[in-house]
Amino acid sequence: MPVQYTSIMDEHAAVRGKAGVFDISHMGQFLVSGEGATAWLNRMLTNDVAKLGHGQGQYSLMLNERGGVIDDLILYRTGDESFFVVVNASMIDEDFAWLSKHLPQGVELRDESDQWAGLAVQGPESAAAFATVCPGEPLPPRNGIAKTSGGCVVCRTGYTGEDGFEFFAPAAEGGAWLKKFVAAGVKPCGLGARDSLRLEMGYPLNGSDLSPERSPIEAGLGFFVALDKCDFTGRETLAKQKAEGTEAKLVGLRYTDKGAPPRAHYGVFSPAGEALGELTSGILSPSLGQGIGMAYLPAAWAKLGTEVTIDVRGRRFPAVVVKKPFYKPAPKA
Amino acid sequence: MNVPADLRFTSSHEWVRLEGEIATVGISDHAQEELTDVVFVELPGIGRTVDAGDPTAVVESVKAASDIYAPISGEVVEANPAVEGDPSLVNSDPYGDGWIFKLRVKNTADVDGLLTPEQYIAQIG
Repeated sequence: MPVQYTSIMDEHAAVRGKAGVFDISHMGQFLVSGEGATAWLNRMLTNDVAKLGHGQGQYSLMLNERGGVIDDLILYRTGDESFFVVVNASMIDEDFAWLSKHLPQGVELRDESDQWAGLAVQGPESAAAFATVCPGEPLPPRNGIAKTSGGCVVCRTGYTGEDGFEFFAPAAEGGAWLKKFVAAGVKPCGLGARDSLRLEMGYPLNGSDLSPERSPIEAGLGFFVALDKCDFTGRETLAKQKAEGTEAKLVGLRYTDKGAPPRAHYGVFSPAGEALGELTSGILSPSLGQGIGMAYLPAAWAKLGTEVTIDVRGRRFPAVVVKKPFYKPAPKA
Repeated sequence: MNVPADLRFTSSHEWVRLEGEIATVGISDHAQEELTDVVFVELPGIGRTVDAGDPTAVVESVKAASDIYAPISGEVVEANPAVEGDPSLVNSDPYGDGWIFKLRVKNTADVDGLLTPEQYIAQIG
């Protein structure tokens, strides 16, 4: 996937207003199945797999023993003891090695990443595009997964905050499907818009906003951590953090005025000039026309409404801690 | 590709229009097309003295920040407030309203060392 096909602004606007398609073939797909698969995944991941019904998907995190994030992923239940797992491209090998190391007898883990092409079709008109390209095929409800009669997998999930779906086809068919969606009026979009869209929603990107040194509690992802289920890797650290609070928290920051676009690694300072941290992500939000970003700040500086500054090449731009998402998409159908 | 015949260019995609001892500087049509969607321009301070090759302004798209270098040595005598207010002028009119700064050049003969339109076309072709 290139950074952009035509322009990040145009592609971003297409997804917010109509529909855009991202080639996400680089992402990883694992199949987990066999007696005990549910119980095992529940020990490997933060969210409660037992709550997942047939054909449903769930955002979850895989942690190291210190409670730091190895990867964030989406898990779909395709049977009583079978799951389709979509992981980040850069983490396929590491995730697979980690899971393999902990794999119990009787559970099978398969890396099918090379066998699947993936397209994320996103935007308010994506369901209509699906109906055009796959007439008669059912589009699953939000967060759901379904198989098409042609052997493709369609998941009603995404990374933009808009209605849409992720469509996985046998690798050799990827190009043909992309052409079909484009012919149905869906705009090809690149990595630039993918990043601006997810950041407006405050969705974290692993490797930028998530790391093996940060826990989901620090990252504000406690909603996806089920401390009350069985024991799971990293649980002890997370329970302690939940009870005692964390030293740092991932916050959303928004410029209070116009300014140079904030970007990852720019310094965050108190109004008096004390260094507080650095941006993990930052962008000039195409929808808001204002700088937005995320940073791990000391808890005392993480309260909503706290005023800070962001350093851009020596100039300090005032920003304020705000609630995520930065942008609210139109209600979904 | 729009490469006006009366301008000189740099390999880093700035253009120069010399009038008397004043050189107006902007970025080429090719550069604005590559950057797409300019969302911010950081202008140099008036009175700043720059040497050829010094980062003098910054043009930012959604994705990246790009330095704009002084094509020749001189003193910044003007910076275009219009592109500060409406950065998209750099996209829509790169050789006109989208100019970025003006230099009082140290040595007008320096301009002869810059790329001719033909040389610039050959570079980006």
